[in-house]
Order: sequence, then C-alpha cells, then structure tokens
Amino acid sequence: MTAPRRRRLRPLTLMSHALLILFSFATLYPILQIVTVSLRPSDQLYSTSLALVPKGATLRAFYVILFERDFLVWMRNSLLVSFAVTVFGVALASTAGYAFSRYRFPGWTAGLYSFLLTQLFPATMLMLPLYVMMKAVGLLDTFTGLAIAYTATALPFSVWTMRGYYDTIPIELEQAALIDGCGPWSAFTRVTFPLAAPALAITALFSFMNAWSEFLVARVIVNRQALYTLPLGLESLAGQFQTEWANYAAGSLLVCVPVMILFVVLNRWLVSGLALGGVKG
Amino acid sequence: MLRSPRWFPYQLLLPAIVVMLAVVLFPLLYNFYLAFRNMSLYHFTDHRFVGFEQFRTLLTEPALYVLLGKSVAWTVVNVLFHVAVGLFLAVVLAGPVRGRAFYRTLLILPWAMPQYISALTWRGMFNYEYGAVNLILTRLLHLPAVPWLTDPFWAFVAPIIVNIWLGFPFMMVVALGALSAIPHELYEAADLDGANVWHKFRNITWPQILPVLTPAVLLGTIWTFNNMVVIWLVSRGGQPADQTHIMVTYIYKVAFTYYRYSYAAAFSVIVFLILLGFVLLVLRRAAPLEARS
Repeated sequence: MTAPRRRRLRPLTLMSHALLILFSFATLYPILQIVTVSLRPSDQLYSTSLALVPKGATLRAFYVILFERDFLVWMRNSLLVSFAVTVFGVALASTAGYAFSRYRFPGWTAGLYSFLLTQLFPATMLMLPLYVMMKAVGLLDTFTGLAIAYTATALPFSVWTMRGYYDTIPIELEQAALIDGCGPWSAFTRVTFPLAAPALAITALFSFMNAWSEFLVARVIVNRQALYTLPLGLESLAGQFQTEWANYAAGSLLVCVPVMILFVVLNRWLVSGLALGGVKG
Repeated sequence: MLRSPRWFPYQLLLPAIVVMLAVVLFPLLYNFYLAFRNMSLYHFTDHRFVGFEQFRTLLTEPALYVLLGKSVAWTVVNVLFHVAVGLFLAVVLAGPVRGRAFYRTLLILPWAMPQYISALTWRGMFNYEYGAVNLILTRLLHLPAVPWLTDPFWAFVAPIIVNIWLGFPFMMVVALGALSAIPHELYEAADLDGANVWHKFRNITWPQILPVLTPAVLLGTIWTFNNMVVIWLVSRGGQPADQTHIMVTYIYKVAFTYYRYSYAAAFSVIVFLILLGFVLLVLRRAAPLEARS
C-alpha cells in the first residue's frame, strides 16, 4: 500500500475503524459482563448499575466457586470424559482418515460420504436411541456412556479433517519408503503419522473442546450430581439467578478463558482443516 | 494411491468402522425402528408395532407446521445475519486498516466461547429488571424495557440475537480466508478501468468468494437448523409455555421431559427427511454452477 493511496482513502479508513470498534464492542460486551458479575460483592447481586467494575469489587465469588461449591469435582469429571474422548477419537480418526486418503477400495465413496451424511441427522436422532439403549444396558449415569455419546458425534468430523490433511502430504514420501522395503504399516507410522502432527493436534483439540463444552447430551445421560460435568454444574448455578449469579460468572470465567485462548491461537488451523476437508470432496 | 495388501486399508478402518456401526449406525436404525412402535415411559418394555401411526399423528397436528415455520424462520434469519455481518466485517478487515489482527481476534471471541456459557450469560443479560440489555435500552437509549423472556415473541427473538452473536465469526473467518486468496491484479486492473468500490465488490469479490462461501453457508444452515442448545438455555426449555421451540428443541423436550420416545423418534425422522431434501435440492442446483466455472 503506497502513501498517497492511503491518504485518498482516509474517510473510508476512519469509517472502517468506527465500524470495527462498534462491532468489537458488541462482541466484547457480554464477555465483560461475565467479568463484571463475577466481581460483584454479595450485597449487589440485584444491581442495576452499568459500571464495568462494580462498587466494592471483590474476588470472593472465585473463592466460593472453588472451595464452597462442587466446581473442582465437575472439573475432574469433565477432564476425565474429555480426555477419554480425545484419546479414543484421535486414535480412530488418524487411522481411518489415512485409509481414506491413501487407498481406494470398494466402499470408499459410500464410506466417506456416510461420514458426511451423519452431519445431517438432527442430534435427537442419535441421542434418543443411545439413551434408550444405555438405559437398557445400564450405561446411564456413567462416564463410559457419556464418552460413547461424545465419540459418536465427534468422530465423523475428525475423520474428515484427518483425511483432508493427509491429502496435503506428498504421497511420494511413502512410496519411497515402500520401495526401500518398509511395510505399509510402518510407512504410515514412521513417515506420514509424524508429519500429520498439526492435524492431530487440531483433531485432538476439537474432540476435547466438544466434550468439554457439551450440555444437552450430558443432561440426558447424567443425573447424579456427583457425576456432573462443568456445563451441568454451571447451569445448575445459573438456574438460581438470584443467589448464585456471581459464582456462576466466576466459574464460567475459569472454564472459558483457557479454552478461548487456545481457540484464538489455533483457529487458523481449525479453519484451514475444515476447508481442506470440505473443499476436496 | 499406495499399493499394499488388499486387506490393509480395511485393517486401518476396522476400529473406526466398528465404533461407527455400534454408536452411530445402529442407533440410527434403532431410531427408525422406534418410530414405528409406541414406546413411551408407560410402554418402555412392552411397546409394540404401530405402523405409521406416529407419523399420521404428527402430520395431522397443526403443531408440526407451526414448528416447521419457526425452524425455517430461525434458520433463515440467523444464517442471513451470519453471512451479512460476517461478510461485511471481512470486507472491512481485508481493506487497508491498521490493527487488523487485533480486531480479528476480538471479533472471533464469541465463536471461541463455549455455547452454553454464551447462552446462559445472555439469558442473565435479558433479565427484565437487572439485565444489561434492558438497562442499556432504558437508561442510555431511553427506550421502553422489553419483556425478553416472558413474551412469546421476544422470547423467540432473544435466542436469535444470541445465536447471531455467536455465529457470525465463523462466516467472517471463512470469508476472510476466501478474500485473501483473490489475486491483487484483478483489483489493480479494475482501478485502471476506474471501477468504484461497489463495482469491485460486485464483479470481483463476490464471484471470487462464492465457491468458498456456498459450502460454508450450506453447513451453517444445517448447523443452525439443528442447533438446540441456544434456544434451550436462553428460553429455559421453551418458556413461556413451550412457545419458543423450533423442531429440534421440541423433539428434545418431548423425548426427555414428556418421555414420548416413539413420537420423538418419528419426529426426528421427519426433520431428517426435510434436511435431506433441502441438501439434495441445493446440490442439484449447485452442480451445474460448478460445471460452469
């Protein structure tokens, strides 16, 4: 961009900034609102003030949520389920995605498109039968049940993303390895798999965040409070608008700030993975 | 393609296939099976085959058509705003602005936030007396307060606002990616020809980003149509009096609050068929478009 050109565009540039600031404020405001509420002292829960930092701001709600509510139990439960789903999902998607990327076999098209087709199902179409089945075999109110349900929803997307990424890795590398006497399995594990590290990270993160932030399935499968995940726990606090609102806000901040940072750092890759998987049909 | 023993790809696929069969395909078939039975809380084990009974009930109820209308309204309004706001911001961001990375980071925050937290927080902000939305309306703009969560109309508008808020960054990021791939020479040539901003958008930008935007819009439409969590949490499961439901949230409620399993299963099948029809229609119209370009 050359200097005279920028000068010519000045009114437009100013307008751009005005618009961007306006929209940024609209996106930021609800997030700031959580911060504000989390800092409220307990005598100001019925506040009609619009100040961003409330009068007599205190960190008391953070203490309450951490030590006087079941927050840490919810966090442990969420971590447990999310880790299980991530490990399981990545293992399955990295192998299946590889097969779809590197080989053509009878059922290739049908298999690949059936992964896509699952995106069309309304969630209830899986949730309800899974619920009925789990009720029949006693998997309700177990982490296993929850992990199974999450794997079912995350797997198709993960396979699709992994395949898209493998497609970008030159096949010549493995062909050379095969000529040098490598078996097909070690061509995969020693050559392609390490090269796919970024996609593995994205798939892992996607599976993890999916399980970490899921509410409606958890609500159906988990009833016992001791097994509550973070979304269930925080929702139970938010339900008591009057008394627990500050504690809810404090808990939400603790939960979503790390996730948001990760997301902002990694979203470029997430989007490119999506584009790769989607465009190369 | 790699050559290998014929069984090798299947061996790689086996674990994923087994899991998909067990937790996706089997439940789906089971859902179809349930749709033709009369399973409910009272007939949990002794349910029987009733043929198309559930579908007949559903299709003769006016509720289905009202819900379909609401689903369509919900989807159209949301996707329209997602695309309009996302595309608009992407075009502005792609222009000569300083601090682009900074704005971009701020603007994708709603996407980064877990949806349930967005929904619950907005629900608090929609509180009639103490919520920030009404306080801003009455104090700063001197407008009357809006009964966001108690009036059936506004209680449906509220989740739409929330969903627009959390959904536009996806379209913005997709559009930004597409915009950055447009070769600069095209704009330079247009400048030489004396084209104005609108001409450039209409004749260069729009046709160049359409191939990327179309799949994103299709995907966004399906996601929005099937999105339950925003409405469920903002309107507290359809309050007031189950009047803010779209099809999928209603199914969720019927299944897990009223325990009408087979009815819900049949309803899911109808929603699936609607979506399938929609996608096939779009793909058939999009195919010649691709062939042309």
